[in-house]
Amino acid sequence: MIGYPLNDLFGGLFLLNAFAMVATRQIRGCLRFFLLQSFCLIASALIIGLLTGVRELFFVAGINLLTKLIIIPWLLRRSVPREIYARREISLVLNVPLALLIALLIAVFSFFAGRILTAGTAAFSTNVPIGIAGLLIGAYTIAVRREAVPQLLGLLSMENGAFFLGIGFSPDLPLPLIAEVAAAFDTLIVVVPIAILTRNIHERSGTTLVGSLTTLKEERAP
Amino acid sequence: MTPSFLLAAIPGVLLCAAFLSLVPLGRKLAPTLTVIASLAAFALAGVCAFLTLKHHVLVAVPDWIGIDGFGALLLMLVTLVGFLAALFSSGYMAVQARERTDRALRGYHVNFNLFLFSIVTVPMMQEVALTWIAIELTTIFSILLVSFESTSEALEAAWKYVILTMIGAGIALLGVIIFHQALLGSGPFTWDALVSGAGSFSPVLVEGGFILFLAGFGVKVGLVPLHTWLPDAHSQAPTPVCAILSGVETSAILYVVLRIFPVVRAHPELHLARWATIFGLISVGAAAFLLIQVRDIKRLFAFSTVEQMGIILTAAGLSSASSASVVPYQILTHGLAKSLCFFAAGSALIVAETREIAGIQGLIRREPVAGAALLVGSLAVAGAPPFALFLSELSIVKAGLASHYYAAVALLVFFIVVAFGAILYHVNRAVFGTPPPSVKRAPGLPRVCALVLVAGMALAVAFGVWLPPPIHSLIAMAGSSLGGLQP
Repeated sequence: MIGYPLNDLFGGLFLLNAFAMVATRQIRGCLRFFLLQSFCLIASALIIGLLTGVRELFFVAGINLLTKLIIIPWLLRRSVPREIYARREISLVLNVPLALLIALLIAVFSFFAGRILTAGTAAFSTNVPIGIAGLLIGAYTIAVRREAVPQLLGLLSMENGAFFLGIGFSPDLPLPLIAEVAAAFDTLIVVVPIAILTRNIHERSGTTLVGSLTTLKEERAP
Repeated sequence: MTPSFLLAAIPGVLLCAAFLSLVPLGRKLAPTLTVIASLAAFALAGVCAFLTLKHHVLVAVPDWIGIDGFGALLLMLVTLVGFLAALFSSGYMAVQARERTDRALRGYHVNFNLFLFSIVTVPMMQEVALTWIAIELTTIFSILLVSFESTSEALEAAWKYVILTMIGAGIALLGVIIFHQALLGSGPFTWDALVSGAGSFSPVLVEGGFILFLAGFGVKVGLVPLHTWLPDAHSQAPTPVCAILSGVETSAILYVVLRIFPVVRAHPELHLARWATIFGLISVGAAAFLLIQVRDIKRLFAFSTVEQMGIILTAAGLSSASSASVVPYQILTHGLAKSLCFFAAGSALIVAETREIAGIQGLIRREPVAGAALLVGSLAVAGAPPFALFLSELSIVKAGLASHYYAAVALLVFFIVVAFGAILYHVNRAVFGTPPPSVKRAPGLPRVCALVLVAGMALAVAFGVWLPPPIHSLIAMAGSSLGGLQP
């Protein structure tokens, strides 16, 4: 069967893209890696759907294709000024090697956590730990990034991780289809207010360096 | 009129109001619609609560949508505070947002209705994954409300709010998936199924799922150390929105954490309730001391929310299955008192045109109703004797002592006393004293705002001296479903 190794390959690529999103300085690059990661998710959903015959997975693949590869990039291009994408983040919170090292530790931890979760089940043993890693590294991406758009992409890649984890469990008990559809819809509508917010921040302060927004504190200058 | 129709009509009417608010027919239409819709939602919630009392549960779609006693109580609280906030908002926004365009105002009302819609769906969802989605919606629809004032502070607060709570939601989603895995094929993925199947779950999954729930939803509830966004967002949003955010939205999220307690109680060997007590106490303690150094009246009440959420979580950890009704009681009393505090703070903002406590001084001389409401609300929320929060905090202490948690109860009481002192110190300065001399003649308080303040004060006082029997039975029912007991 070529299906299983192929699924593992897409799993590996999925994780690799999560790492790339931590380390890429350029915002356009970050967006590209997010799209590639979504593509790996869709491919894995299709492969597992074919292998197990769980029909919901084709819906999952279709919905993700529609939202993550078509609508979200379109929405972002429309609402966020074009010049932002060409920016490079000069000052990351951590330097790149350190950031990657921590991401690696998260991935190792996820493989142990995944082992506990999949013990005694028919779940796909690559999807579950990689899904957890995707989710946690997404959260971590938000923590080390200072620009608005990469933080948003970090949020979306967390959702990618959750989906990747969810489809791994589908041989036993797929999540109800309505929950999957609602989650995909949810991903979609979260982009709208955040994109509006990004544009407002850009208009007001001329920057989207949200990491440097620190006026709200208890101690105010008298 | 079937029960299922009634239940579905609550979010339905709010959704309709959201769409109708888009109609560009003057500045009065959207606020009026919002008030009518929230009043209708409150009336419907009352009927639903009545039916729930009679039948114990009210099911609209089996295994998907329905409410039990706890849900009905929360639904009534949310819609009541929502109605008062809509009423207050109609007066408040007319003054505070008079320079904003019609379009911005319509957007505000659309989001206001959608936000209320998303909060009422939280207790109605029986399916766990859909409950998670309802919580995501509460964040999504409130982002643009928090950033409405468009100052750089408001934008910063909104950004922190959305990013941190979304990370929390992602962590909580992992918890949802773990509980789904724990259930493994034994029927629908509902809260009831989780409770009835809890005994057979693998302890590792229960432990992992609970910790992820607590950490993930804890962000949105504002548990220390995940609370950093809360004072920002809850102080920068327009005041009627703050009343909803602080008074009921945090409780509605905490409700989901509490829903998992019966599952935890089925595994007493894991001592998971201890984590709730520890995190609760950390929140109460940290917030009590942070309350001392605030300068901004809205941040004062936001920190008080962190403290109150800590108290509720501690109560859940300390109480046994039979005394669990202290938790819904505290949620109810806090929701009413805290919304009153924010309405009073909003009135102070209109009268004094500043949120700085030093600038509000002598409020009772400038606007007696606002001053009185600020005093009553703060006394109520700090837990002074005639008010309901005093009684509910007393019953938490009693429940804790009955379960032999002496050290935790002692710490809780100490922190509550510190918070009491801090709140009253600041409010005393704001309400009494002489107004700053440079005060120009500020716009008076709109009549509708004064009306809301009087109604809020009446509710806060009334619930302290007399709890209507139907509400009492609802609280008892909520307690039994929280304790995992059959009604």
